[in-house]
Amino acid sequence: MAIPLRLRAAVSISIFALLLILPSCSAQDIQVVNAERRIDLTSHIIKVFLTLKVENTGASPASEILLAFPPTQVDHLAVVKAQVATGKRKKKTYTPLDVNPKELPDAPNGTKYLSISLLNPLAAGEAVTLEVLCILTHSLEPFPVEISQSESQLVYYHDSALILSPYHIKQQITFIKTPTTKVESFTVVDPTHRAGTELKYGPYNDRPPHSYSPVIVHLENNSPFAVVEELVREVEISHWGSLQITEQYKLAHAGARHKGVFSRVEYQSRPGHSGVSSFRHLLARLPPRVHSVYYRDEIGNISSSRLRLGALKSELEIEPRYPLFGGWKATFVIGYGLPLEDFLFESPDGKRYLNFSYGCPLVETVVDKLTIKVVLPEGSKEPSAVVPFPVNQYLEKKYSYLDVYYHFNPIFMLAEPLMLTSVFFLLFVTCVAYLHIDLSLRK
Amino acid sequence: MVGKSEPINGTAKSQPPPSPLSPKSPDLLSGYFSFKSLKLKTKQQELLIRVSILCLVYVLAFVTRLFSVLRYESMIHEFDPYFNYRTTLFLTEKGFYEFWNWFDSESWYPLGRIIGGTLYPGLMVTAALLYWGLRFLRFAVHIREVCVLTAPFFASNTTILAYFFGKEIWDTGAGLVAAALIAICPGYISRSVAGSYDNEGVAIFALLLTFYLFVKAVNTGSLSWGLASAFGYFYMVSAWGGYVFIINLIPLYVLVLLITGRYSMRLYVAYNCMYILGMLLAMQIRFVGFQHVQSGEHMAAMGVFFLMQVFYLLDWLKHLLSDTKLFQAFLRMTVTSAVGVGAVALGVGTASGYISPWTGRFYSLLDPTYAKDHIPIIASVSEHQPTAWSSFMFDFQILLFLFPAGLYFCFKRLSDATIFIVMYGLTSMYFAGVMVRLILVATPAVCLISAIAVSATIKNLTLLLRAKTKAPQSASGKGGSSGKAASKGSLDQSQPFQKNGAIALLFGAFYLLSKYVTHCTWVTSEAYSSPSIVLAARGAHGNRVIFDDYREAYFWLRQNTPPDAKVMSWWDYGYQITAMGNRTVIVDNNTWNNTHIATVGRAMSSYEDEAYEIMRSLDVDYVLVVFGGVTGYSSDDINKFLWMVRIGGGVFPVIKEPDYLVNGEYRVDKGAAPKMLNCLMYKLSYYRFGELTTEYGRPPGYDRARGVEIGNKDIKLEYLEEAFTTSNWIVRIYKVKPPNNRW
Repeated sequence: MAIPLRLRAAVSISIFALLLILPSCSAQDIQVVNAERRIDLTSHIIKVFLTLKVENTGASPASEILLAFPPTQVDHLAVVKAQVATGKRKKKTYTPLDVNPKELPDAPNGTKYLSISLLNPLAAGEAVTLEVLCILTHSLEPFPVEISQSESQLVYYHDSALILSPYHIKQQITFIKTPTTKVESFTVVDPTHRAGTELKYGPYNDRPPHSYSPVIVHLENNSPFAVVEELVREVEISHWGSLQITEQYKLAHAGARHKGVFSRVEYQSRPGHSGVSSFRHLLARLPPRVHSVYYRDEIGNISSSRLRLGALKSELEIEPRYPLFGGWKATFVIGYGLPLEDFLFESPDGKRYLNFSYGCPLVETVVDKLTIKVVLPEGSKEPSAVVPFPVNQYLEKKYSYLDVYYHFNPIFMLAEPLMLTSVFFLLFVTCVAYLHIDLSLRK
Repeated sequence: MVGKSEPINGTAKSQPPPSPLSPKSPDLLSGYFSFKSLKLKTKQQELLIRVSILCLVYVLAFVTRLFSVLRYESMIHEFDPYFNYRTTLFLTEKGFYEFWNWFDSESWYPLGRIIGGTLYPGLMVTAALLYWGLRFLRFAVHIREVCVLTAPFFASNTTILAYFFGKEIWDTGAGLVAAALIAICPGYISRSVAGSYDNEGVAIFALLLTFYLFVKAVNTGSLSWGLASAFGYFYMVSAWGGYVFIINLIPLYVLVLLITGRYSMRLYVAYNCMYILGMLLAMQIRFVGFQHVQSGEHMAAMGVFFLMQVFYLLDWLKHLLSDTKLFQAFLRMTVTSAVGVGAVALGVGTASGYISPWTGRFYSLLDPTYAKDHIPIIASVSEHQPTAWSSFMFDFQILLFLFPAGLYFCFKRLSDATIFIVMYGLTSMYFAGVMVRLILVATPAVCLISAIAVSATIKNLTLLLRAKTKAPQSASGKGGSSGKAASKGSLDQSQPFQKNGAIALLFGAFYLLSKYVTHCTWVTSEAYSSPSIVLAARGAHGNRVIFDDYREAYFWLRQNTPPDAKVMSWWDYGYQITAMGNRTVIVDNNTWNNTHIATVGRAMSSYEDEAYEIMRSLDVDYVLVVFGGVTGYSSDDINKFLWMVRIGGGVFPVIKEPDYLVNGEYRVDKGAAPKMLNCLMYKLSYYRFGELTTEYGRPPGYDRARGVEIGNKDIKLEYLEEAFTTSNWIVRIYKVKPPNNRW
């Protein structure tokens, strides 16, 4: 019953910075009329919503707008998405724009730039409103670094009260949303106001390009700091109708390290006060019509998981073997099967292609290192991967897709069953032959 | 007198047996009348039925052992299998030479253990070969699945072996019944369910293989069968320490044959070939080494070997002398001098230390009370306890009654082969009575002897029935040994009554056998299919609650402690901690160093400050205890604690058992002894337990495993701190604090 070695065309993709050099254009002709920044610190994944009203004051039309980031921040930048609103009021539609990294020769203090390519060049005197979403990871620094079970977790957030920009900003304002009302301290850059869970810096008027005013916010954040240090996803294609996915996780709690005793009696009896920064549940959003889901680790099955199947998405709620406190780690494997027809298509030129979500299905987690392997069936030829990365993406990617193209002849589908039947056939033939042949020397 | 047994065994093999089978097969086949249209000959029909029955039994033996996989998961069970799994993993990853030279520094810290020289590699090598074979055939299996399914696979092979063995000692019918009985016998299933990856899983197969090949060699007198049995013995030696049973039973059997005057050239060839080659092969196993010539346990085999030579010499001289009187005198002289020389050699060998005395385990087999008085570490293991009657009933059920009946049939038709099975049955039954775990060794013998009883009884009854319907033909079926009863029956005048009686008895037999099947299935599913790592209980609403605390704790150790951390726990959990937690342990289930275990026992039974000194000297970083007070799990460390005290006290007299007892009674509540309430084990088990309400309507600190409120609720730890406690408190891990700064 020999099954030949599978052709493992493993397409491993690690994400590196795609540093594209674009022709530079002058920055001084553009100014920002109005900038509003909302920083959401409620989870360990920081979302920054930036609304920029940009005006071209120069003579020539501008085709790109630059965003500037301090070098410390650009390392933690996971996703940058930009869009432009067209139309008025109710008929407003948003069009996504391309964002690409860009290097300028005279960047002060190592400032890094991203350029947003506009759909239509901005004519002289015209203004446009851009909306930018930036996602930052690993940007909350726990302080104190070690906490005991009864303490809650405090973190530092470093940023600038003024938006770093290569342009002149006429008016700007920054809102920081904290998870709780407990804020230990924050840098005051007048005018600064704090109300409830919101911290307001600004408005500031007429700031020159590359203005920077560092602020530190020391706040309480007990959201689960779930970081997947390494994730290996393996997608195995079987033309018999299923797609088998195996995901190997190395999970860690990246918050303040747990110090001293872990007391089960306190954790059990006072859940609101003890171990508030620890977490024990994770939610994985899987595609609909998922089947044969398993959740295990090196030493066996983990019995604490729940699966909810839905028409649009399936939700798998998993619980590691033990609650994760700061610095604790857990490794596990999730595997599931998916119907092939939802992900594998045939392109017009006769190639087959797999269109599959790239990122990690766990909600509210950061993935530090991601490897994807695509296992193609035996007999496939010329595999090629198309990875449309619009930006520098080091980390989690939810909305981009991985396309793998390859040639496949359906006749190879029959290889395995044929092999199996022939083995059995030979076995029976040998048996029949053995029973009918008399090998004894005596008569 | 020698040739007497040959025709019986000879006929059973070469041609379709005229007496036992031919009256039976048409009877069996009359129901399969439709087959005749296919023009199969009687012989072919019989072969077809036999092969299909064997195939079904083969599958059944495998399938009935899968309860645990279906109910839980494909996992390794219990304690020792985890060590075997870990070593197999090492073997498949690093190869045989690395495995053979493996010095394991992760166990028995700081001593370490030479794994290659202190284990029986048969099981690991078997599993690794299966794994490599499957890999070669392009089956992408995980080594864990191979390990989990090794025991059921070998159990299936054992059924086939039981068929051949039954065929060799009685007839094909008995062989088939034996295969069916052993396939589902709980005594064997207890050690061979899926996941029970232990030496016994393959060893029972190897044991039966050796015995079968040896009996075959004795029956045929063929060198090749003797050689085969030597290799069977080699496999057994490589797989399990129970090979000592073979190397003592076979000489005993040979001795019995010599005494009963059944000495023959066949026996001479079989024994000499098997002993010499088997011994040489066994010396290749490092753990066994030169024990065959140096250890007292193996001397019986050597003595019998020399005795055989004396017999051969005498036989030759008898042939030469042909004078009875002279020969008698010579016989007396030689036998006396031979025995004398043997005794002197043994005495000198023992005195000079060349031959080692019997080990404690061997003594405890011969004298069940020996371990209790001298070696608490052997007595503390539950599977080493003397067997209760109930467990015989549980494991054998009707076989217990069929066994004496089978012995009766064996004695009625005495041959070399039946003498062997009788001796195997009787000795192993004795050992099964001494130790619970040895029921396993007795199981094949009990199944074979019971199969003879069942087969012979049913055959006699069906002969009676057939003799009635075909009265003129019964004369032809007279030839066989069992035909005697039939012919007598046919002549008897009360024939109708006898026929009804036979029918009633047949129905009775089938009723009993079907009861056996239901019993075996029930026992397998209820008692022997729990992995003991994962505990299952019924919740308040009848739902199944899973306590996965062991793996929770071991996985926590694996992930959240430094890789070189040393964990101290009672030796029961050593293998599991190294295999699942991947951390160094102080002692484990390979109880080779009693002093080291006693040191841990002493630490557990001392006050915290004294224990701290011991733990510091052993570089202990974490202490792990198992506690069942919250869940009512009774095999926890508090219930094992008296053994720690006894083993610790056996080496260190400062630990005295009476200090922990109150009027000879073991208590943990308010009336407990003060030393008990303040020793390390008590403190670690009950730390902060006094704050917890375990059961509604009970005071806090109510221990559900022992049903009492604990005596010391205010436990302060000075040198240790709680590092982790599992969700149901079954495993508690403490961190040993570093010493205080001196300034």
